[in-house]
Amino acid sequence: MARYFHSVTLDREKCKGCTNCIKRCPTEAIRVRDGKARIFEERCIDCGECIRACPNHAKSALTDTLERLGDFEYTIALPAPSYFGQFRRTTTPEAVLGALLAVGFDDVFEVAAAASVVSYVVRTYIKEREYARPLISSACPAVVRLIQVRFPSLLDHIIPVESPMEAAAVLAKRRAAAKTGLPLSKIGAFFISPCAAKVTAVKQPVGRHRSSVDGVLSMSEMYGLAVRHLKDRPPERGLQISAASGIRWGRSGGENAEVGTGERLAVDGIHNVITVLTEVEKGRLSDVDYLEAQACVGGCIGGPLVPENPYVARANIKAMADMVADKPFPFTEEEFRSFYESDFMFLEKVIEPRPVMQLDDDVAKAMMKVQQMEKTLAELPNLDCGSCGSPTCRALAEDIVRGLAYETDCVFKLRERVRDLAAEMKELAEKVPPSMEQPSQNDEPGGSSADIAAEGAGGA
Amino acid sequence: MADTTDDRTSDVKPVLTLSFDIQGRDFKASGEASHRIKRTLEQVGLDWSVIRRAAVVLYEAEMNIVIHATRGVLKAEISPSRLTIVAEDEGPGIPDIELAMQEGYSTAPEEIKLMGFGAGMGLPNIKEHADSLEIETEVGKGTRLVAVIDVPEGGAESQA
Repeated sequence: MARYFHSVTLDREKCKGCTNCIKRCPTEAIRVRDGKARIFEERCIDCGECIRACPNHAKSALTDTLERLGDFEYTIALPAPSYFGQFRRTTTPEAVLGALLAVGFDDVFEVAAAASVVSYVVRTYIKEREYARPLISSACPAVVRLIQVRFPSLLDHIIPVESPMEAAAVLAKRRAAAKTGLPLSKIGAFFISPCAAKVTAVKQPVGRHRSSVDGVLSMSEMYGLAVRHLKDRPPERGLQISAASGIRWGRSGGENAEVGTGERLAVDGIHNVITVLTEVEKGRLSDVDYLEAQACVGGCIGGPLVPENPYVARANIKAMADMVADKPFPFTEEEFRSFYESDFMFLEKVIEPRPVMQLDDDVAKAMMKVQQMEKTLAELPNLDCGSCGSPTCRALAEDIVRGLAYETDCVFKLRERVRDLAAEMKELAEKVPPSMEQPSQNDEPGGSSADIAAEGAGGA
Repeated sequence: MADTTDDRTSDVKPVLTLSFDIQGRDFKASGEASHRIKRTLEQVGLDWSVIRRAAVVLYEAEMNIVIHATRGVLKAEISPSRLTIVAEDEGPGIPDIELAMQEGYSTAPEEIKLMGFGAGMGLPNIKEHADSLEIETEVGKGTRLVAVIDVPEGGAESQA
């Protein structure tokens, strides 16, 4: 198996080799080589910035197809809270979920319901445990991977609590097993995802050995299939169980609102997340208890697989949540407490760093390379034009010392070399063998010494 | 700009020196030097615990220059076993170091406090995150601060 699985993939046919994606990538994971974008697998965090940035739609997210439903006797759809944001207020949460059954699922379990469990666990954790401040939410897999790659020193700040998606898969399968008597292995849970990062989180989880989710479907595709079934069936009582605060997890700020305790801070958009994590690293946010951090602007409704405009989706989420404002939590206080005390709500293993920035495994060698890199960088134009295929001059200097690029990949350096070469050729061209007629004085490039030499030669 | 030199100390361990000029009161550029040095530490591959501590020391040392001094230099001397951070400035100096080391004691002007800086945690934070801290200061002339962070044995290898 490949060392890294990535949902974000490139359609080579569509890629024109422009520099839009390399400029937006938060981990500098993309280079243009041979006229096509190439992703450094160990650096990619599946945030989906490149999918959004690509004007040619050459980047896409690999997801599962509905055919996978055939592998299981009983299938459950797990719509992300952001899924509710795709529907206008003319419909109801019950109808939205009912349409998923019409598409072919046997059951549906809202991730929003599990989100309320996560909120309870986080709230209790904040109140009862000792931890490094601020705790960072583990819900966004792109943020977790960003920390692995760019902020490994903050890994111990990530709260070791499972994401709503994983919790939903466990709770949904347990409920289905109790209802049908089937073994868990015959029950398939399919997450309806707003993003590529969740696909990767299922195929290659970091905090656990294996995901409880069996497949990840694109929200765009599922929306397209489900929207025509909205009026198919009469509203089914008991289908929609999540509380309004769980649904609000679909947009930024919703998670913090439901956690509801301690000093909280919310940040959305991967580049904004980087600025806040940089503050955490400096030790400036140690008075904050909990940091909600989401890679997409607006939260999950801003995901690359979300069909609706994120600002419209935000209003939709509000409308949908308001419709169920009176709904109680799907679990009792005793149930919440038992979830907090059980293993499945917590990560199984420590999240390891992905130290991809170091220039060499050997510190002394890496130091030499840093030196070379700084020297190389000083010679580059520092315009960060991207024409070389690296996102910045600094990145090119780094690529050169890593042996992945040449100085002449820089168009300015190349021009400089061509100019020098041209000057040299011109100079050579003017060196006429003594047997030939010498160039006339007018053509002589400002050389009085040459004039004297010519006169001298003539006088001899 | 970064200025890198290759010195060889007596025990023939390579030392990489990064040096940045800092302008007093230049809040727009503040934090850039410490950020650049931090990125270099990542590229060198020092232990993450060292980088974390260094990030705090570098930032606080840089901000001390920006807040209090006219101008200064932030320097990092990197070796595989030790990171030395030197912050040298031309400025007012520190009249009472003991007082300055107390948490919450600040001589920062009001307008800087309004910007959210100068909470009197700079030096205490540096002391907390460094293995050793030396301060030489002369009132009316300037301050030289040397903070050392030791790199744990086998640090870089153990995280590969």
